[in-house]
Amino acid sequence: MSTVPLPRPRPIEATEPFWSALRSHRVVLQRCGACATWIHYPRRRCTACTSEDLRWEEVSGHGVVSTFTVARQPTHPAFADEVPQLLAVVELDVGVRVTTTLTGVDPADVHIGMAVVPSFDDGDDGVTLLRFTPA
Amino acid sequence: MLRRVGLRGEAAIVGIAEYAPQRRYSGPRRFMLEQWADLAALALADAGLRPADVDGLVCANVRESEQFVPSTIAEYLGWKVNFAERVDLGGATPVGMVWRAAAAIELGLCDVVVCAAPGRPTPSLPPDQPRMWSPFGASSNVMGSPQAEFDIPFGNVAQNVGYAMIANRYAHEYGYDPRATAKIAADQRTNANAHPDAVFRDVPITIDDVLASKMVADPLHVLEIVMPCAGGAAVVVASKDVVRRTRKRPVYITGFGEHLAHKTPTYTEDVLHTPIGPAAEQAFSMARMKRSEVDCVQLYDCYTITVLLSIEDSGFCGKGEGMRFVAEHDLTYRGDFPVNTHGGQLGFGQPGLAGGFTQVTEAVRQVRGEAGDRQVPDCEVSYVSGTGGIMSEQTALIVQGG
Repeated sequence: MSTVPLPRPRPIEATEPFWSALRSHRVVLQRCGACATWIHYPRRRCTACTSEDLRWEEVSGHGVVSTFTVARQPTHPAFADEVPQLLAVVELDVGVRVTTTLTGVDPADVHIGMAVVPSFDDGDDGVTLLRFTPA
Repeated sequence: MLRRVGLRGEAAIVGIAEYAPQRRYSGPRRFMLEQWADLAALALADAGLRPADVDGLVCANVRESEQFVPSTIAEYLGWKVNFAERVDLGGATPVGMVWRAAAAIELGLCDVVVCAAPGRPTPSLPPDQPRMWSPFGASSNVMGSPQAEFDIPFGNVAQNVGYAMIANRYAHEYGYDPRATAKIAADQRTNANAHPDAVFRDVPITIDDVLASKMVADPLHVLEIVMPCAGGAAVVVASKDVVRRTRKRPVYITGFGEHLAHKTPTYTEDVLHTPIGPAAEQAFSMARMKRSEVDCVQLYDCYTITVLLSIEDSGFCGKGEGMRFVAEHDLTYRGDFPVNTHGGQLGFGQPGLAGGFTQVTEAVRQVRGEAGDRQVPDCEVSYVSGTGGIMSEQTALIVQGG
């Protein structure tokens, strides 16, 4: 057993709606009201046009594996119990990419381009992580 | 008419110093300020210059001071400088330091700039002392940091997995030849075997050895990943006027580039078009030089995939052709495309932030003709790259003999 505590997200005011939606097993993302750019991670201003008019929109959360790796040794002592870690980048169908891990799949079966759907991982600390599993 | 951006090529590297890398450092432990002073003295001696000649400095971090690092160093060394800079570009820092020094000199701000990065272990601190190093390494787990909130909680920490995911993406887009990336490590080891200071000077490896070594994060084997060691380096950059009174062949800085756009590769548009692309383009254009005029290349090599992408994106072969290029060329100092003739950080060692200096010092030694058994014949031009983070920030440098 790893004795090092797992690092957990500490939501801030600007990101709270994202985490709040995950708690109810929904995925919301920011979209710029001025130029329609999708934005992730959440910010205060649009990265394309600097507008502060960023609106939260619910999305399906469906996406594809953009890339992945299988970490055979822990990336940090806190993750010793999760080896092999199935780390991935998932591109959601609106085009933004998220850092995540894949669950419910054998590492040997993962491939880039694989369709995935959200797997909401509710933590005891009230934070839900957005992991993914094959569609 | 092409607009000429940047340097005239009038600043030169005139002095270098380097602690021989050591896997297990057994010497006395010195504070980083003490190492800085020592490396600076050695590099100035190599140049034949005096401390009073110094009027610029470029540093990175030192453990003894979180802030005000340049003034702390200037005071400690007794220097009065017109130009001081702290560079924060991870492994791209040393190349970033050298071009900033050259640019400041060509602007007329200063004549002699010392750049240094100590990398030996420091004395252990009593428990009540503040610790500057985070257990999350180059990742920031401080609240409000995007990494702390969106990356680290998934275990996306440190470098191995980031580079592994870039390599897998490459495999998906262009195909992957594990023997080609393994050959990068093997050829560089041949170079290390010809360098008396390399940490792996006595241990040759083959492509099969690399492929048989432990898988750390697919597709990266442990022999494709740098090994940290103790070391450190300093470089003296001087103006044309000062060059005349230095001891060694001057190595002029004729082109440079720098490019960065992300910290975590998840958030970059295309991880396979790396920042070295625009950096190299600027460097070659500034130096008015063709890729074919380069005699040896010294590419930042935290991983074999870094070298492969740097060969491609620096323009030495076409996009997606890197695997074939590596397989078809001899990358050793005896070869038709010499890469990391000191062994690279994979073979020579990665002394912390000074790792990127090993590529700079090797370029200087090659152009000076001081590379001993691994000397590339008639070496006049070397291309150097630096890489920080996970292909996050990259720097390019072209140096030429005077």
